[in-house]
Amino acid sequence: MIVSFIHRAVMQGIPLLYGATGEIITEKSGNLNLGIPGVMYVGGISGVIGAFMYENSLPDKSAANPFWAIAIPLLCCLLGSFLIGLLYSFLTTTLRANQNVTGLAITTFGVGLGNFFGGSLIKIVGADVPSITLSTTSKFFSASLPFAQNLGWFGEIFLSYGFLAYLAVIVAILASLFLKRSRVGLNLRAVGENPATADAAGINVSRYKYLSTCVGSMIAGLGGLYYVMDYVSGVWSNDGFGDRGWLAIALVIFTVWKPNFAIIGSILFGGLYIVHNYLNQLIPMNMSSQELIKMAPYVVTVLVLIFNSMRNKRESQPPEALGLSYFREDR
Amino acid sequence: MDKQTPAVSLRHITKAFGSKVVANKDVSMDIMSGEILSLLGENGSGKTTLMNMLSGIYHQDAGQILVNGNEVFINSPKDAYALGIGMIHQHFKLVEVFTAVENVALGMDKKTTGGAKEIAKAITEICDRYGFDVDPKKKVYNMTVSQKQTLEIVKALYRGANILILDEPTAVLTPQETDKLFAVLRNMKKDGKSIIIITHKLNEVLAISDRVAILRKGEYIGDVETKDASVQSLTEMMVGQKVELDIERPAVEHKALRLRIDHLTCLDRYGVTALDDVSLEAYGGEILGIAGISGSGQKQLLEAVAGLQHAESGSSIEYIEPDTGTRHQLLGKSVSDIKRMGVALSFVPEDRLGMGLVGAMGMTDNMMLRSYEKGRLPFTDRKTPRQLASKVKEELEVVTPSLNTPVRKLSGGNVQKVLVGREIASDPTVLMAAYAVRGLDINTSYTIYRLLNEQKKKGVAVIYVGEDLDVLLALCDRIAVLCGGKLNGVVDGKTATKEEVGLMMTNLRTERKEADAS
Repeated sequence: MIVSFIHRAVMQGIPLLYGATGEIITEKSGNLNLGIPGVMYVGGISGVIGAFMYENSLPDKSAANPFWAIAIPLLCCLLGSFLIGLLYSFLTTTLRANQNVTGLAITTFGVGLGNFFGGSLIKIVGADVPSITLSTTSKFFSASLPFAQNLGWFGEIFLSYGFLAYLAVIVAILASLFLKRSRVGLNLRAVGENPATADAAGINVSRYKYLSTCVGSMIAGLGGLYYVMDYVSGVWSNDGFGDRGWLAIALVIFTVWKPNFAIIGSILFGGLYIVHNYLNQLIPMNMSSQELIKMAPYVVTVLVLIFNSMRNKRESQPPEALGLSYFREDR
Repeated sequence: MDKQTPAVSLRHITKAFGSKVVANKDVSMDIMSGEILSLLGENGSGKTTLMNMLSGIYHQDAGQILVNGNEVFINSPKDAYALGIGMIHQHFKLVEVFTAVENVALGMDKKTTGGAKEIAKAITEICDRYGFDVDPKKKVYNMTVSQKQTLEIVKALYRGANILILDEPTAVLTPQETDKLFAVLRNMKKDGKSIIIITHKLNEVLAISDRVAILRKGEYIGDVETKDASVQSLTEMMVGQKVELDIERPAVEHKALRLRIDHLTCLDRYGVTALDDVSLEAYGGEILGIAGISGSGQKQLLEAVAGLQHAESGSSIEYIEPDTGTRHQLLGKSVSDIKRMGVALSFVPEDRLGMGLVGAMGMTDNMMLRSYEKGRLPFTDRKTPRQLASKVKEELEVVTPSLNTPVRKLSGGNVQKVLVGREIASDPTVLMAAYAVRGLDINTSYTIYRLLNEQKKKGVAVIYVGEDLDVLLALCDRIAVLCGGKLNGVVDGKTATKEEVGLMMTNLRTERKEADAS
């Protein structure tokens, strides 16, 4: 049971890892994108639309080409989440709208957009159940190594996932190296810490904010894609994504803005998210206690926040200019 | 000297902010290589603005800048660096959570700088050459102010700066650190670099510079070789001739002790002593002026009285009630308790909306900030503040579309009128006004002076912090002069001269005696 728990925890954690990695990249530029839940939702539905179009263009579902089955939803997902990131950047960086308000609006907008298209697709298919199934393309997303099943617990814990799960870990490691080691990463962190200083050093603050927000949104959007295509095996139902977007934002705080910590953190959060199911099997519980246990990730985040402010270590604080618009004239 | 091409020439530079405030007017000056030039002037004389145009932060409205004889256009700090101009701002441009190396590397191409090791090596080389001390791996937030400043200089030198501008470099340094900085600057001068120091400390001007250029109210007054200059001659050039202002100064009646400040010592937020053992008395029925270069402790003095600033032990501020003569210790009392006693602070800091007014609220609501606890609970009384707002609007001629227009949308002068008007209307016994006329046109300024005088006649103890010496001398009965956080003496407003006050602002008494003796 422990093995299957870890397996499920990882599956739960991957969308959070994408969301958190994307949000960390965004926040390092000083943009607090609270629209991440919306971005991930749009990433999911964009992938679904891509997959739907591809599946419907096939004369025979068994003739699906693995390359296109993966590439089309993937590109659609990246494009959809990129556009949302661009919208957020335009509103906050160019028009200097309040970041919190804009972020919340993007979340509402993204979820509404997703439900609209999701509902439309369900109508088109005319399904009996309020969901749409894309098993043909999903099969390619969730394909794991064939010999994983023969390796017992090792195979189940480490090798039993679709490629997007491994990509999430690679992206998080790359993001971590990028922020820590590269010159562009250094400049990006400077923009989030002190845009006036970055500006004086000849860094184009707006360009960095735009790029990091858009790239961050694209990474976060993949979390939505993974959820639909792999985790729920290609079944889209409206509002199915739940509060994973908010969990991803909580994870950013939990990992003190470090993508490499987010790898472990996401699995921990994933585990906390589903632990009530497993606890229920051990000690039967009523519904209300289960709901209480579902709070665990948020409680842990609050504890980390308290611990961090008590320790008062400068490196564990959010970027100093997080949430603030930058006006050059203010210098 | 004329045969050499100047490193930088400014030709007829004019810069205005908005339509009213002219920061620089037709300024022309030269800076040679291998010289240390002091740019001297009072607050608001346009020193920093002028230099900001050189470093690419502002752009001049008219005039030319020439570097090594060629006309250049500086549109950004990057352009300035490309021309070898580096400026060390008063507020350091450093990222706190970065190391020294990371701060130096910021915005630079890795191909030209190499990795962290190469940069660290280059930093050490620069340090050895000029005699600094910077630990390349140290995080900025662990550095002292002096180390941060050194890092800023190293950063500028690393980017190839030949012309270094330092804005008030010694304002945050201890005397020992200042000596160290000056030694470094002399080394850099020997190396052929041009150095411009913006300052108003006369003794430092005389100690470090080769030449002094003086600005007064945005205009270029002239330059002198430091060896031909003295504290007296520089002060005269800096403050200029006394201007006769037609400000009324009613005779003091019913003078009564209202505030007694004893041995007041305060630290600023960096833990540096901002106010050092100041003892002062304020009387009802008179206007006490506070003169001093900005940042000499005026803010801390007023805030300590208002209960906003923590004072060190041994300090005492006593408030004497006008009718009963009862003494109250103000230190340790809460802000609202002090306000209830009748001590009003209309502090107008650089950011007018920062303190006292809420930008998003209209005049009525801002008036209410003073009286929100009044009225029949749970409802507030809105009628009285509305009447007050319209009264202030009428009397002070506040230009606003309506009483409910957010004050943020009003012009700076009108915002100030709202603030001062409200504080006066609260019927105080002590009224503190700081920079109450900053940015106001001449008519409004006179309205404010008249209001202060009215308060004085009513027996209020008025404390007025101002920057314009002419106004202070015309308006105030007594003037307390602060210099570097110390009280440098109190002079009579009727008999004191501008030179006397100017000298007291820039030179502590003990230093002055030494200067006289030598």
